[in-house]
Amino acid sequence: MEIVFQRPKALSDVSSHYCPGCTHGIIHRLVAEVLDELDLTGKTVGVAPVGCAVLAYNYFECDMAQAAHGRAPAVATGLKRANPANIVFTYQGDGDLAAIGTAETVHAAARGENITIIFVNNAIYGMTGGQMAPTTIPGQITQTSPYGRDPKYAGFPLKICETLSTIDGTAYAERVSVDSVKNVINAKKAIKKAFEYQIAGKGFTIVEVLSTCSTNWGLEPVEALTWLRENLIPYYPLGVYKDKEVF
Amino acid sequence: MAEKVLMKGNEAIAEAAIMAGCRHFFGYPITPQTEVAAYMAKRMPKIGGTYLQAESEIAAINMVYGASSAGVRAMTSSSSPGISLKSEGLSYMAGSDLPAVLVNIQRGGPGLGGIRPSQSDYFQATRSSGHGDFHMIVLAPNNVQEMFDLTIEAFELADQYRMTAMILGDGMLGQVMEPVDISRGEAASNVTKDWALTGTKGQRKRNVINSLYLEAEELEMLNLKRFEKYAEVEKIARTDNYLTEDAEVIIVAYGICARIARNAINEARKKGIKAGLIRPVTLWPFPKNQLKAAAEKAKAFVVVEMSMGQMIQDVELSIRCSRPVHLCSRTGGMVPTPEAVLEAIENAAQAERS
Repeated sequence: MEIVFQRPKALSDVSSHYCPGCTHGIIHRLVAEVLDELDLTGKTVGVAPVGCAVLAYNYFECDMAQAAHGRAPAVATGLKRANPANIVFTYQGDGDLAAIGTAETVHAAARGENITIIFVNNAIYGMTGGQMAPTTIPGQITQTSPYGRDPKYAGFPLKICETLSTIDGTAYAERVSVDSVKNVINAKKAIKKAFEYQIAGKGFTIVEVLSTCSTNWGLEPVEALTWLRENLIPYYPLGVYKDKEVF
Repeated sequence: MAEKVLMKGNEAIAEAAIMAGCRHFFGYPITPQTEVAAYMAKRMPKIGGTYLQAESEIAAINMVYGASSAGVRAMTSSSSPGISLKSEGLSYMAGSDLPAVLVNIQRGGPGLGGIRPSQSDYFQATRSSGHGDFHMIVLAPNNVQEMFDLTIEAFELADQYRMTAMILGDGMLGQVMEPVDISRGEAASNVTKDWALTGTKGQRKRNVINSLYLEAEELEMLNLKRFEKYAEVEKIARTDNYLTEDAEVIIVAYGICARIARNAINEARKKGIKAGLIRPVTLWPFPKNQLKAAAEKAKAFVVVEMSMGQMIQDVELSIRCSRPVHLCSRTGGMVPTPEAVLEAIENAAQAERS
C-alpha cells in the first residue's frame, strides 16, 4: 500500500503538551516538513524560546538549544557564527520576540544574521496564563487588559513584519496564518522560502505566523480560528513585507 | 629565548584568549575593559575568527551561550555594570553546563558608579553571578603576565569542568602596561565535546542544551550532581604566598591590592613586624584550607580590598574567626596606599601586643 501521509521525520514521535485547539502543532509540522523536504535535519540547530514553545526542543529531531526569555536570536547568532555551515532557526512567540527580545530581534535583523525566525503570533501570553502581549490588539481582553486593550493607556501593538521590513539586513519577512487549509499551504511555502534563503546565505529571514490560543482567548477551537480570521488578520495583514528577490 | 612583549593588561587577556584557541568573541563597549574588544576586533578577522559587537551585554553573553553550545571556545568581557546585565546568561550557562570565559575588569559601583579601579564585585563573582544554585570559577591575576597566563588557564578549566570561568581584574590591572612572556601560550587542549550542537548529520541522536527541568526531583538531582563537580573543582584552590613562613600578621589581598600589600609588608619588616601575604589566585574556589593552615601560626589577619569588605567574609569563614581579622579598604574607585596598608599592619600588630 502506498503511504500518502505520515509524520515528518524531523518531528519526534512523542505526545505534545500544547492545548487542544492550539495551532503550534500545525506550525511545528510545517517546519518539520520543510526540514524533511530540504533534507536539512542533520545540519540544523533550532533554538527554543521561553513560553508555550519552550518544549520545542522535545519535538524537533535536530540539535536544539533552549534560550533565555527573548534571547533566542542572540543564541542563534552565536550558533551560526560558530558554525556557519549549520542551518539555524529560532521558534519564538510574541511575548518572547516582540517584548523582552525586541532588541535581540531587531539587531539580528540589522546584522543580516543568516538565520530564520519562526515567529508565532497569537496576540497573548499563553504559558503564563493569558496576559496582554505586545501584539494584543486594541480592545482585546486579556488577564492584564481586563477592560480590553486601550492604546491610550497601554500603547499600540507592535507590527513585527512591518517593522523588520524597514531594516536593510532583513532578506525576507512574510506574515502568514494557519486558520485555513489555503493559508496553511501558504504558510509552508513561506517557511520553506525562508530556509531556502538561509541556505543561499541571503541574510535574516522571518516568517510571522498568526496563531490561535483557544485556552486563553476563552474560545472553542473552531471559534478561535474564526476570531483569528475576523480580528487578527485585519490588524496584521498577511503578505510579503520584504523580499530581497523582489526589492 | 622568552619572547616578551609590552602589553596592557586588557590586551594580554585578548592575546591569551586567541592563543588558547578562542575564535569567537562577543562584546559590548564599557570602560575600563574596552581594549579587550578593540584587540579582538583587530585580530579576529585576520585569523578567521569572529569579533562581534553585540547590541547589549545581554545579547553578548547569549551569543557566547550559542557559540559555546556549538562547541567552540567563546569569550566575552565587560566591566561591573555590564556584568550585572550578563548575570541572566551566566545563570543559563551554569544551568546548561556550558564552558566559556568571562572577563570582569571591575570599576567602582554601585550603579553606574565610576570608571576607576575597584574590587566591589567580589560578592557578585563568588556568591551570586545570577539566580539559582551555581558557581563560577573565578581567577584573580595581579599583574599583566598573570592576566595572560590565567586567561589561558581559564579556557582549560572551563572546558575541563564545563563551567564558566571568570577573570576578575580591575581597572588598574586592565590599563597598566608590563612586559609579558607570550611564549607560554599553549594551543587548545582537546576536550571532547560530544554534547555540542553541531547538527546530528544523521549520525547520532539529537543533542539538547537546556536548563529547564519541570520536575523538582530531577532538578534537585542535577543541582546535587553539579555540586559534586564543584567539590572536585575545590581542589584547584590556590594562593601565592610572600614571607608567610614566620608571619605574625598575615595580609590577605588579591589583584592590585596584593601588589600594594607587598610594598607595605617590606616596610613593616624593616620596622621589625613579621608580616606576610597570602594572595588568593582562585577566588572561587576560595583557598580556605590554606587560610586555615596559616591561622595556626599567625596572630592576626589584615584583609586589604577595594570594597567595603567582601572578601573579608571568606577569610573569617576560612579561619572560623579563630584570629582577629582587620579590614583595610577603600571604595568607589579609590586604591589603598602602601602607607595605609602599613598602618593597618602596625595597628593589627599593636592590638596583639596589648
